[in-house]
Order: sequence, then structure tokens, then C-alpha cells
Amino acid sequence: MAAPTLAESPARANRRRRTPLRRRSARRGKSRTLTVVTSLVLVYTLLPLVWLVINSTKTQDGLFRSFGLWLDSDFALFGNIVDTFTYDGGVFTRWLLNTVLYVIAGAGGATLLAALGGYGLAKFDFPGKKAVFAVVLGAVAVPGTALAVPTFLMFSRLGLTNTPWAIIIPSLVSPFGLYLMWTFATDAVPDELLESARIDGAGEFRTFFSIAMPLLAPGTVTVLLFNVVATWNNYFLPLIMLKDPDWYPLTLGLNAWNEQAGTAGGEAVFNLVITGSLLTIVPLVTAFLLLQRYWQSGLTAGGVKA
Amino acid sequence: MTSRRRSWVGWQFTGPFMVVFALVFLAPVAYSSYLSVFRTRLVGGTTFVGLDNYTQALSDPQFWAAFGRVALFLAVQVPIMLFLALLVALAIDSGRLHGTAFFRISVFLPYAVPAVVATLMWGFMYGTRFGLVGNLNTTLGLSLPDPLSPDLILASIGNIVTWEFVGYNMLILYSALRVVDPALYEAAEIDGAGQFRTITAIKLPALRGPLLIATIFSIIGSFQLFNEPSILETLAPNSISTYYTPNLYAYSLSFSGQQYNYAATVAIVMGLITMLVAYLVQLRGMRRLG
Repeated sequence: MAAPTLAESPARANRRRRTPLRRRSARRGKSRTLTVVTSLVLVYTLLPLVWLVINSTKTQDGLFRSFGLWLDSDFALFGNIVDTFTYDGGVFTRWLLNTVLYVIAGAGGATLLAALGGYGLAKFDFPGKKAVFAVVLGAVAVPGTALAVPTFLMFSRLGLTNTPWAIIIPSLVSPFGLYLMWTFATDAVPDELLESARIDGAGEFRTFFSIAMPLLAPGTVTVLLFNVVATWNNYFLPLIMLKDPDWYPLTLGLNAWNEQAGTAGGEAVFNLVITGSLLTIVPLVTAFLLLQRYWQSGLTAGGVKA
Repeated sequence: MTSRRRSWVGWQFTGPFMVVFALVFLAPVAYSSYLSVFRTRLVGGTTFVGLDNYTQALSDPQFWAAFGRVALFLAVQVPIMLFLALLVALAIDSGRLHGTAFFRISVFLPYAVPAVVATLMWGFMYGTRFGLVGNLNTTLGLSLPDPLSPDLILASIGNIVTWEFVGYNMLILYSALRVVDPALYEAAEIDGAGQFRTITAIKLPALRGPLLIATIFSIIGSFQLFNEPSILETLAPNSISTYYTPNLYAYSLSFSGQQYNYAATVAIVMGLITMLVAYLVQLRGMRRLG
């Protein structure tokens, strides 16, 4: 899900960031009381993650005999990781690769389409532009619920269900990505620059890829990151579209492992569900930590929640 | 602007997006409207029934029970989550925390966790077998109620959703605070305004727009509630029915019941209610903004 918040131009946001916010706060000094009180929220947000890390070190038996926030005598993290990747003929590896495929094709494609479309809206006047704007903004208000069942029925008529296309094609559209790229491109790419490229005889697409793309990079990284999260974490769409576990993404696979314990004759593999969960979140958490500078400035500049 | 000649060139850029958009947004909307005016029976096949499915939905007790649950969820969970997000955003923006950057990223981190993993983690922690609740009961000799019992499950889901999105909403509000003109703060300081006064006179007014948008998207999110109850169903089968939320109901109707026409109708009715509520909230919010 995504939403525009404030359409602050990047240039203006940059200028303001240099203003004396820092000095002001430094003068006021730090508050220990405020830090302690706010830390309560920190405990709340981090507790489940800490629980996950601790419990991924336990065997199935260890989970039941030890205290939830303390280690069991049997340290089995590495064994769990190996088991997660090899259990049931290494199906977890398959799910991981599926997820990577959906992310590269879906989120990558969505970002490219949003960048092209936003640039088109920002820098060209064309017949039907107002209609595009109205339809896309209206669509944002339509809840996904209303679309899921008919999309499934349509795709099943087209023979696309139970194939990667059923996941990739719907992931390609990100109305908020389009909105962000549109606001971003309006300010980040000067008209004069495009005009001089045209006078030099460069084609429209060449102008886009060699001149506009580099200027759009900060906005593009933000849109890409949020599209990656949406695709990596997708659950509802694959749940509807896929029957064959060979095409499952990680989210659906983990849920299937969890459900297995409840079925007759199914083996309970809670340790693998927990370790698999940890392995599923590590790439995204790492990406957010490493790319902090980009997405935080992108959010302030364009104001997007994806 | 010389480059703004009106021509079809712009479609080369916006066209590809619109083609896919038409396929995955516009076509399903049209198709579900079409489905909703037909009915398929074992005997007699598919027939046109006009608005019969809609009348059925509007007098369907299961649909209204599901709707009531998400409405209650919306009325309780969303204010708590947004209030918490607001407090943290103000605390971080005040610049008076030790380790501001650490706070910002740590509170936001749950957003990167998939709903499936968030629900499984909390579900296990709620559990009385190897969960924290069970641990506390045995270790401290307490008898805490089971969070997965029918009475508490909605609150437990509310906690999971709050955990997932509090940081995300915090970041939206915080981003809005970052672009407040610092001259306003300086003027306030010269006028001798205290911190509390600065918050009520400058910061809260600046947050009205972003808060409105966060509210609207939380409304849409609440009415669409599906992932968390659907995943918890395995851990708490007695607490979550097949029509627990409208979305879950539409899902069960189509994938367990094969009632595609009625499922499409339920989804459309819910979509219309969502758009109506979001529109009314926006109208109210805009009036207050103006």
C-alpha cells in the first residue's frame, strides 16, 4: 500500500534541511526522561524480532522446554539453517528463487513503468493526460478486495493462474510509484536540458535514458525499494493465484510449513518455520539499513508510502 | 515552456503503464461488475438476475457480522496506532532523544517484515504452548488469558497490525515535520513559546494533512483486513470463522464455495462502502484544514 503525503519539491526540501534545525535542537539539549519513555515503544517494536532471533537457535524440542526469551542448552542455529534449506528436497531454496524472480521482474518492471510514465506525465502534454490522472488517482481508492476474485477469474480464463505471470503482471502496476515519479520528475528534470538535447538531435528515448534517468535516480531508488517490499512480502495475490507449491514465494511456503503441523500425519516443523522466517526478513532488513540515506530523503522529498 | 507542444509523444512514456494498468485494474473492476448481476445454479445454468445479489448481500447476516468486526477494529485500532505514531514522531523530531537515528530506524523496521512472518511470530508468542504467554504463566505462576481465544483474538490482531504499521505512519508524520519552515520555530522561540506551545501551535497544524492521509489509508487497510486473520486461522481455528472479515468472506465464498458471482458482489459492496467512508473522512478533514 502506498500514499502520497506531501508534494515538497526536492530542491526546496534540500534547502530547508540545511537550515538551523540541528543547531536549534543541540541548544535545547538531550533529555534522558524522553529517551527512556520513547524506549518503551522501541521495546515493543524490537521484542518480536529479538524473540525470532533467539528462537531460531532452538530445536523443535528446545522450543517447548526453554523460556521464550532465553537460549536453550542446545544451540541449533546452524543446524536449523541447514535443515531449512534441505527439508523436503530443498523446497525452501526453490521458494527463495521464486521470490527473487517475482521481485526482479515485478518490482523492477513496476519501477521502470512508473519512471517512464511519471516522466511522460511531468514533461509532455498529450491528449488524454487529464483522463490518465483521474483514472489512476481514482483507482488508488479502490480496495484490493474488489479486484482479487475477478482478477483470478480473468487470469484463469487466460490460462495464467499457477504460472509466475499471475504474480508478475499484477505486481507491475504501482499507482503511487507513478505519482511519486511524476512529482519528482517535475522538479528534478529541467525543461531547458531536454530542449537542448532535442536541438542536438537526440531521440526522445535516448534523452530519457541518458539525461533524465540519472537525475531521477533518488526518486527511483525509493520507489524501487518500496516496490521490492510490496512484492517480497506479497501474500494475498499468490495465495489466490498459485496451487502448485513449486511456484510459491517464501511467504506462502512458510505458511504452508506452519499449517502442516495441523494436518493429519503432518510433521510439526516449528523450528524450521521460525528459522525460515528469520531468513526471509534478513535481506529486506539489511536493504533498509544500508539504503537508509536514500529512502529517508526520498520520503521527505516526494512523500511516498508504498 | 517551449517543450510542451501538445503531441502524442508523451504516450510513448505513459502508454506502457496504462496498458498494464488497464489489464490489472480496469478490466477486473468491469468484470466483477458484470459477474455481480448474474447467478449460476446447478440447474438452469447462468442467468441474469439484475440486482438480486446486491439485495442478498445487504441482508446477509454473515456479511454484516464481518463488517461489524472490521468497523470495530477501525474504531479502536486506528486511533491507537496513529496516536502512538504521532507521539514517536514528535519525540524523534524534538531532537532531544539520545540516539535519534537508532530510534527512527528501529521503530520503522517492522514495516520490512512480511505480514506472514509478523503474524507467525506474534501467533507463536501468543501461544500457550511455547509462546511467551505460556512462559509467563508457568514461570510467574500467572494465569493470563489466552490471546488466541475468541474473546481476545480481535485485540490480538489489532496488536499485530499496530506493530506492523506504527513505524510506517511515524515516518510519514516525521517526514512532514522535517519540512516545517524553521523560521516558524525561531519566531516561536523569540515569542517565548514553550515546547508544548510549539507543538500545539506549529507542529500539529502542520501534521493535519499527513494525518488525514494516514487515516484514509488506515481505513482502507482495516476494511481490507485479510492476511493476519487468515494466517492465524491455523493457530486459532476456533476463534476465526470463514466470514471473519468481509475480505475473508469473499475469499471463502469463491475458493471454498465456488460462488463467484456472490463473492464479486460482496467485494463490490465492500469496495463501495470503503470509498464512501474514505470520501466522507476526507471531506470532513478538508473542511477542518481549510
